[in-house]
Amino acid sequence: MKVELTKLAHARSGDKGDTANVGVIALKDDIYPILVREVTAEKVKEHFGEIVKGDVERFELPNLGALNFLLHESLGGGGTLSLMTDAQGKTFSTALLRMHVDISDEEADSLGIA
Amino acid sequence: MKEKVRVASGQGFWGDMLTAPIDQVRKGPIDYLMLDYLAEVTMSIMQKQRARRPEAGYARDYVSLIKEILPDIIEKDIKVLSNAGGVNVMGCAEAIRDVAQELGHKGVKIGVITGDDIMPRLQEFLDKGIEINNMDTGEPLADILDKVQAANVYLGARPLVEALDQGARIIVGGRLTDTGLTLAPLMHEFGWTFDNWNQLAIGTIAGHIIECGGQCSGGNCQYDWQNIPDLEDIGFPIIEAYPNGEFVVTKHENTGGIVSIPSVKEQLLYEMGDPHEYITPDVVADFTTINLTDDGENRVRVSGIQGKENTEFYKVSIAYSSGWKSVGTLVYSYPDAYEKAKAADRILRKRLENLGLEFDVILTEFVGVNATHGHLSGEPPKDIPEVQLRIGVRGQNRDDITRFTKEIAPLILTGPPAVTGFAGGRPKVEEIMAYFPALIPKDLIETKVEIIET
Repeated sequence: MKVELTKLAHARSGDKGDTANVGVIALKDDIYPILVREVTAEKVKEHFGEIVKGDVERFELPNLGALNFLLHESLGGGGTLSLMTDAQGKTFSTALLRMHVDISDEEADSLGIA
Repeated sequence: MKEKVRVASGQGFWGDMLTAPIDQVRKGPIDYLMLDYLAEVTMSIMQKQRARRPEAGYARDYVSLIKEILPDIIEKDIKVLSNAGGVNVMGCAEAIRDVAQELGHKGVKIGVITGDDIMPRLQEFLDKGIEINNMDTGEPLADILDKVQAANVYLGARPLVEALDQGARIIVGGRLTDTGLTLAPLMHEFGWTFDNWNQLAIGTIAGHIIECGGQCSGGNCQYDWQNIPDLEDIGFPIIEAYPNGEFVVTKHENTGGIVSIPSVKEQLLYEMGDPHEYITPDVVADFTTINLTDDGENRVRVSGIQGKENTEFYKVSIAYSSGWKSVGTLVYSYPDAYEKAKAADRILRKRLENLGLEFDVILTEFVGVNATHGHLSGEPPKDIPEVQLRIGVRGQNRDDITRFTKEIAPLILTGPPAVTGFAGGRPKVEEIMAYFPALIPKDLIETKVEIIET
């Protein structure tokens, strides 16, 4: 079944120049392997579409049950150059959590997701 | 040696809650107060202020704060570290000295750290054949040299430790790293050394956790945000560090907000690049070694942190003028709010074109529809009650940007109906500061630590 990532994770985002970073954190420890499997750099790039003009990089932090994504060329130039409302990428966290991911019925059951 | 050292965060950026550092000093025990005032854009703003008034160029808020808390920090033996000096560190230190003298406090030692401001030395570096290139684009410094507004090296914990060792009560610097402001007190108290990479990484990560103030103690926290208590009275975070290298993230009792594993995780990931290599002037810290455990209510214990040898370079942040911009807004109401806003955007763009104005970028956003999540938000409901049209332009020609600002208000009487939200008058024209991040060999930079005393 497909679930919105908000059911599985929380997140925080920020900026470094024209790159936004999004840290995605599993709500429970046993969700982390699902994030590793489902929330790949390719799928994140596809999810954001035209919003992210450059590459997407992913880093794993199993100790925190978290993934860190770098979304290059996504802030309209970044810093004071950008004309965007969200020039600092603060809301990219929730934009990423809109993504839908596949989980098995067993996973949904064990996580209590209907 | 102290059994534990408490470092409290008082300010996450220039403009943060003015009461936070006062609460940190008065609502419970702390040993050190650290305050971060400098975002990247701040240095160029301060350079401009100083160009107009030579005595300006630092965070005045810091001087007002010291005036307020000086009796407390002397009585409780608290030391204060900050980068509030901006581009006029000595001016800031002297203002603090004057305030202390006015209040009648004798023998207050103020540590002054300089050497980060390399704007006057850029030509010298280029003449010596030192390569300074944009880390992101490879562009050489020579291409933008005549447009540079500020150039500062990020200094680490070393000069701060030196100032503490010399007995400074209040330390003022310019572009000091936010993490160094937390690391330095731990090194000074525990006798940690600049070749112990794990200890340096511990203090650095402690610094990263508290450098954004309330953002690690319940502010901007997504996890269960509805149930975070009493944010109106948020307690800023405190590091309680032990000589063995473990530390606890906490806050004062009887304050709002929350310190929990999720709140700390969110802050750890903030502005994160490669987690294996968090590079500061002091160390390369590895965020994949951090272990978090619950240590009771509003207490998170952090252990296991490892680091690697530092690099031979300082990071330099150079700001340079890069044209002009302006953003105008209008609000359209039901019915057909989104359609009206889109029609206004079309009309405005056509008028700008007919005027022959030239821009590098025109960006239209519809606040209420797509300003934060773009196309991911989908189509808005047909009966959306209101939409704000937000249109921004940027370019190299200031006159064209100024002309744009005069085309917003006319839309009220010459465009789609039921429009408001223009009370602020014409939008402002702002100068754009672009960033040129670079690396420079450490041995070229001379830092200076001075003590002035009241």
